[in-house]
Amino acid sequence: MILEDLRFGTELIKRGFASMQKGGVIMDVVSAEQAGIAEDAGAVAVMALERVPADIRAAGGVARMADPKKITEIIDTVSIPVMGKARIGHFVEAQVLEALGVDMIDESEVLTPADEEYHIDKTKFTVPFVCGARNLGEALRRINEGAAMIRTKGEAGTGNVVEAVRHNRTILSEIRRLKGMEEIELVKRARELEAPAELVIETAKRQRIPVVNFSAGGIATPADAALMMQLGSDGVFVGSGIFKSQQPELMAKAIVEAVNHWNEPAVIAEVSKGLGDAMRGLDVHALPPDQVLQNRGW
Amino acid sequence: MFMLFRPIRCFKTVAGNTAIGVLALQGNVSEHIGAFESAIKGLDLDIPVIPIRKADEIPSLLALAIPGGESTTIMRLIDKNRMRDVIREFQGGIFATCAGMVCAARNLIDETRFSPLDLLDITVSRNAFGRQRESFEADLKITGFEKPFHAVFIRAPVITSAGSDVTVLAEIPQGIVAARQQKKLILSFHPEISHDLRMHEYFLKKVLSLS
Repeated sequence: MILEDLRFGTELIKRGFASMQKGGVIMDVVSAEQAGIAEDAGAVAVMALERVPADIRAAGGVARMADPKKITEIIDTVSIPVMGKARIGHFVEAQVLEALGVDMIDESEVLTPADEEYHIDKTKFTVPFVCGARNLGEALRRINEGAAMIRTKGEAGTGNVVEAVRHNRTILSEIRRLKGMEEIELVKRARELEAPAELVIETAKRQRIPVVNFSAGGIATPADAALMMQLGSDGVFVGSGIFKSQQPELMAKAIVEAVNHWNEPAVIAEVSKGLGDAMRGLDVHALPPDQVLQNRGW
Repeated sequence: MFMLFRPIRCFKTVAGNTAIGVLALQGNVSEHIGAFESAIKGLDLDIPVIPIRKADEIPSLLALAIPGGESTTIMRLIDKNRMRDVIREFQGGIFATCAGMVCAARNLIDETRFSPLDLLDITVSRNAFGRQRESFEADLKITGFEKPFHAVFIRAPVITSAGSDVTVLAEIPQGIVAARQQKKLILSFHPEISHDLRMHEYFLKKVLSLS
């Protein structure tokens, strides 16, 4: 192997990393101890945060990238990948996360956006990015900016899966609608979706978005996780749902198994027994508009 | 009257064992299935490729692929699904890539959270190149391959030492990245994503002696 010919941070490597997460559960953690619990439960990766989304909601104010000291402690504790969240458009937070050695950056609406016009140019980074989306156009815009993984936005920190379901169904139905369209129709549709035509054409042909598609935002039980898998997700993010539940270790293991056996109701029933209370949920329709996180970003 | 019997299809079917299984617990499963299907078609063989979710599906397989993914997760799910002994006793071929290499190892360096399957005498270092930013792609010289193979290493492991019955197929300064022992082919990198079917063909032709 000629060492000068090594190539880092290519699209293939970024999308490849995302692909390795398929069939897995990515868990939000706020400490090295929680990261250890998540790893032992079978998480494919952890998301290192200052606070879980439910506490971000409760705290109010401006939510920013986590303390680098905390991220480093988590990186030093686990052998699975560690992800970190940067504010939408805050490319310096993303640079800091990359310098710390995080394996994937979530440009996340859960944090307070730093730029209301532009998302981060993710092609400039060596590490891959995951971004939230509510619909196909949003997903393809993020992919065009370099995102290697898409997740539904859902409504984070609510413990209510309804918005994740809505976003997932919206994306799938918009993909199905592309089927059978001629190329000129796809180009027109791309204008309506405000997405690049070549990505719309590729999506129509493959009948899926060109990167891995996870679900996030409100998943709180093993059945919620399996629901998202049965709706066609490649894997799930669980934010507040684990460490805001009564018995996080049991909940974490149960959600991992429910994702593994997403199509076997008897197994989902078995792993759901005796988990104690899931996190307390919120009615998404009762949230004041300024507390709806999914409308951040475009 | 002279009659000529001619088979309509000229696929070569393999007697006995039935299919190639891809362990479908977590990770890059569909890519391996796709690569095997293309390689099988290219070699004019007729072998189904199926995802494996249950232990009792394993013994009758021709070969089992253990794909890339997260090794801690895959090992946990192997145990949870009671597959450990079945895979250890499996007599067919093994095609293990990346996380699969970690699962197949006898020993792991600095890893006490789980014990691997011990399918062959190799010691493996996980994440041997560092974190995701150190993941890379490069052309790799592999024994038995005329042209280099474009290899994609993603948070990849390497073999740091191997028993005398293990044949090294590719080695770089960090360690061994491709090795073979009888019907087992073990790789650090991901041949299923680089659109080069030669590794899957090599496994079918040379390791399993098909075609």
